[in-house]
Amino acid sequence: MSSSKVYPDAASALRGIIRDGMTLCCGGFGLCGVPDKLIAALHDSGVRDLTVVSNNAGTDGEGLGLLLKSRQIRKMIASYVGENKEFERQYLAGELELEFNPQGTMAERVRAGGAGIYAFFTKVGAGTLVAEGKEARVVDGETYILETGIVADVSLVKAWKGDTEGNLIYRKTARNFNPNMATAGRITVAEVEELVEPGVLDPDGIHTPGIYVQRIIDGSPYDKKIEKRTLRKRQEGAHAVVA
Amino acid sequence: MPWSREDMAARAARELQDGFYVNLGIGIPTLVANYIAPGMKVVLQSENGMLGIGPFPYEGEEDPDLINAGKQTVSELEMSSYFSSADSFAMIRGGHIDMAVLGAMEVAENGDLANWMVPGKMVKGMGGAMDLVAGVKRVVVVMEHTSKDGEPKFKARCELPLTGTNVIDMVITDLAVFSRATRKDPFKLIEIAPGVTAEQVRAKTTAHYLG
Repeated sequence: MSSSKVYPDAASALRGIIRDGMTLCCGGFGLCGVPDKLIAALHDSGVRDLTVVSNNAGTDGEGLGLLLKSRQIRKMIASYVGENKEFERQYLAGELELEFNPQGTMAERVRAGGAGIYAFFTKVGAGTLVAEGKEARVVDGETYILETGIVADVSLVKAWKGDTEGNLIYRKTARNFNPNMATAGRITVAEVEELVEPGVLDPDGIHTPGIYVQRIIDGSPYDKKIEKRTLRKRQEGAHAVVA
Repeated sequence: MPWSREDMAARAARELQDGFYVNLGIGIPTLVANYIAPGMKVVLQSENGMLGIGPFPYEGEEDPDLINAGKQTVSELEMSSYFSSADSFAMIRGGHIDMAVLGAMEVAENGDLANWMVPGKMVKGMGGAMDLVAGVKRVVVVMEHTSKDGEPKFKARCELPLTGTNVIDMVITDLAVFSRATRKDPFKLIEIAPGVTAEQVRAKTTAHYLG
């Protein structure tokens, strides 16, 4: 029983592994594929001074926006924080530390951290504010800057299906940063829409092998939010996009 | 008559070639998808982990798990695939995407781009823009020729924080199109909107260009 990865709920899955000042990697893009149940439990725990690595910061009161509103985040590492007025306010008022990473650099830093790569050279951000204070190297006339891998105390991810061994399958674009974040946590906690017994998921279709996941919960039911509902009219052509 | 948003998107679409893998930015660039020539196969990539973006869904078919990089609901095609953010940017950074169409706040005559922040005023972040300009083979900017205050946006030097240095190949505005063959060449004025004169373009541009 003690070796089981399965916890009854989000609060119990976080017990004993969260503390003030810790670094957290969090999956999700916009409001899509965000580990909302674990974030809500983090909110309820009252843990403070968090450094959070996540592409976005949710919207006001949704996703990580919940932790911003309650002032539990001290520093964000992110690529895009639009759609969140409270974030912008805290940052411009100097209440919140913010480190902007180009989105792909952030994804690769997390991938590298999870894969045991200390740092890598990339041309992304060379000659911009992102390069300030970073080692640069010129190879064949092209400037590359040194970016370090990211390892988190705890990673929080959201998947569609998971089994009790921690194997995960994501659905459509809700995959996004989740598989990368899952590898970068010293402890990774996953919430899934459907938790099944081993043998149910096709081993060939696993996106995140269970070795990366230490704790897992069945987070159902889910009420998934849409940030921008864009629709096409029935008579429009197959490729019509309206913006 | 200056070009409309739709005209600018249609002009950018003329840069597409059959078989291209393309990333479209938010705003006018997204509209480029509406003007892909019939019979031409172009595969759209989205930074959040999708190749083969389909049109917006019909009402009732929208899926919260299926969005583009602008967080808009989209649909799936038969050829679509999904992948992680790290894989998505391996495609982008690794030079596998043929063309990107992006918006801009400023473009400089040396091909520098600024489109991610206004210090002290606007804090949104660069998202995937720095990765796109660093890795995509050809980068086309679509933007209004001047700012809301009437200031030129195609300039001698960018004043806002840069997104990338010497990364732009073509600039399409509501007044004109500027292009260059390689990133060692200067930009050249190649088209002017109907009813607009070369002198009017010159008066609203502080970048140096040929033609």
